[in-house]
Amino acid sequence: MRFMMIVIPKGYESSAPDALPTVEAVTKMMEYNKALQQAGVLLALDGLYPPSAGARVSYADGKATVTDGPFADAKEVVGGYWIIQVRSREEAIEWAKRAPMSNNEIIEVRQIHEMPDFPKDAQKAAEGFLNPATAAAAKR
Amino acid sequence: MTGIHKTIEAVWKIESTRLIAAIARVTRDIGVAEELAQDALVSALEVWPQQGIPENPGAWLMTAAKRRALDSLRRGKMLEQKHGEIARELEFEQQRLGDALEHSMDQVIDDDILRLIFTACHPILAVEGRVALTLRVIGGLTTAEIARAFLVPEKTLGQRIFRAKKTLADAHVPFETPRSDELRHRVESVLSVVYLIFNEGYTATSGDEWMRAALCDDALRLGRILAQLLPGESEVHALLALMEFQASRTAARRGQNGEAVLLPDQDRSLWDYAQIQRGVAALDRAQMLGGGARNYALQAAIAACHARARTAEATDWEQIVLLYDALIQISSDPLSPSPIVALNRAVAVGMARGPAAGLEALDAITRLGGDSALAGYHLLPCVRGDLLMKLGRFTEAHDEIERAITMTQNLREQQLLIERLRQIEKAAP
Repeated sequence: MRFMMIVIPKGYESSAPDALPTVEAVTKMMEYNKALQQAGVLLALDGLYPPSAGARVSYADGKATVTDGPFADAKEVVGGYWIIQVRSREEAIEWAKRAPMSNNEIIEVRQIHEMPDFPKDAQKAAEGFLNPATAAAAKR
Repeated sequence: MTGIHKTIEAVWKIESTRLIAAIARVTRDIGVAEELAQDALVSALEVWPQQGIPENPGAWLMTAAKRRALDSLRRGKMLEQKHGEIARELEFEQQRLGDALEHSMDQVIDDDILRLIFTACHPILAVEGRVALTLRVIGGLTTAEIARAFLVPEKTLGQRIFRAKKTLADAHVPFETPRSDELRHRVESVLSVVYLIFNEGYTATSGDEWMRAALCDDALRLGRILAQLLPGESEVHALLALMEFQASRTAARRGQNGEAVLLPDQDRSLWDYAQIQRGVAALDRAQMLGGGARNYALQAAIAACHARARTAEATDWEQIVLLYDALIQISSDPLSPSPIVALNRAVAVGMARGPAAGLEALDAITRLGGDSALAGYHLLPCVRGDLLMKLGRFTEAHDEIERAITMTQNLREQQLLIERLRQIEKAAP
């Protein structure tokens, strides 16, 4: 089973658009990333620029409205994620507990949908959809 | 199982390999190391439900194992099997072990884990012993989990592990990484164990579906661990690539009623393209290391041809024929290649150059005597029947498929073949 560990760093909702983690933070994070990799569980990871560099597209009455960041009402924002493959929810949580986080930071652990989890008729509805990654793989 | 037990199991999965590796570095016996680690787990199962999970569970387990090791050392238990040594040597060894246990068990180095893998996959062991021991000490699986995955009674599996550990101890197999002149051969042994575990999950037709998927994941995990530990070994990356490509089709391999769906008929939108990309990256690494023409790299390249094709018709069959040719070239005896490889090549030839050419390639196997190795293998008449049908030789095709039906015990496969018979009957004038 795959899980996404979503990092919710404290204060990131109001960070400057070009904010980057310190060398010290990166070093600690790399140790952790390496541990995930050496245990054979790491599939992907990324860090995100702060919301002040992003935008929100919200929908009402069939219309899309764009708001540039930062977002005054956002208390918790995503700072990055890992995708890991483990045997159980408990194992994903144990890995999250080992992450080098600071006080008041949060990691949210969420399981990723797998196609076989869906009923057959829902799978049928997805039929014919080709993931964008296909193109990349097909080009090679 | 209660919540806390599931958590302890998860901690075990994460920590056990490093724990066993660290103890084995000191005791130089993976059987003893594994037992001491198990003792530590038993303590955790007693203590943690009462006192809660410790802040650093890995360090806790290490301390518990160390205490058990020192205990049994004092009682002389750990050394009693090494009889024949004179008393002074025994005392010296006891001193060394005690010191090592006190001081050097806390840090695990990559080499320890590598030694553990090479020892668990040692050629002196029966293959089933290698598989069980590897899943136990590297995969962090319990005896019960391994038994369930391989559909054998737990007791049988326990004995298998016990025998394997005893064989290693009796033969005084050193706890070390192989010398450079035997490295390739030993890496091959490790890779074959990992691929066997993968295939057990991938191809088994009975048993618990979830368990088998988990077994494929375990093999992939082992493959990724090896890719970290042996980054310069091209075949390690190649096997990982091969497994990623194959596992990427998991969701498409079963139809509505659980029947097998063969590659050309699979809904390719169900393939896991993120996984395919991981496969492509791993295969790239293998090729960049100069191992593109080795066994797993060629098999992975064939799988990559399928993965790249958006439709079955768009498959580059000519390329696949060439890759099979290369696979036959590197086999131990290119003049009489593995019949399975030759059979697959014949299928590819049929797709690339038409059914007549495919039939010719298939008959060449028979001429080389490969058919005796394929005797009883239902895919031979099955492929032959397909090619004959495409050539419009319906009566012969019908005979071949009927022959194939009598040769498989698998109900789902029989159903597919019976359907094929109907198609032939419908197509025949």
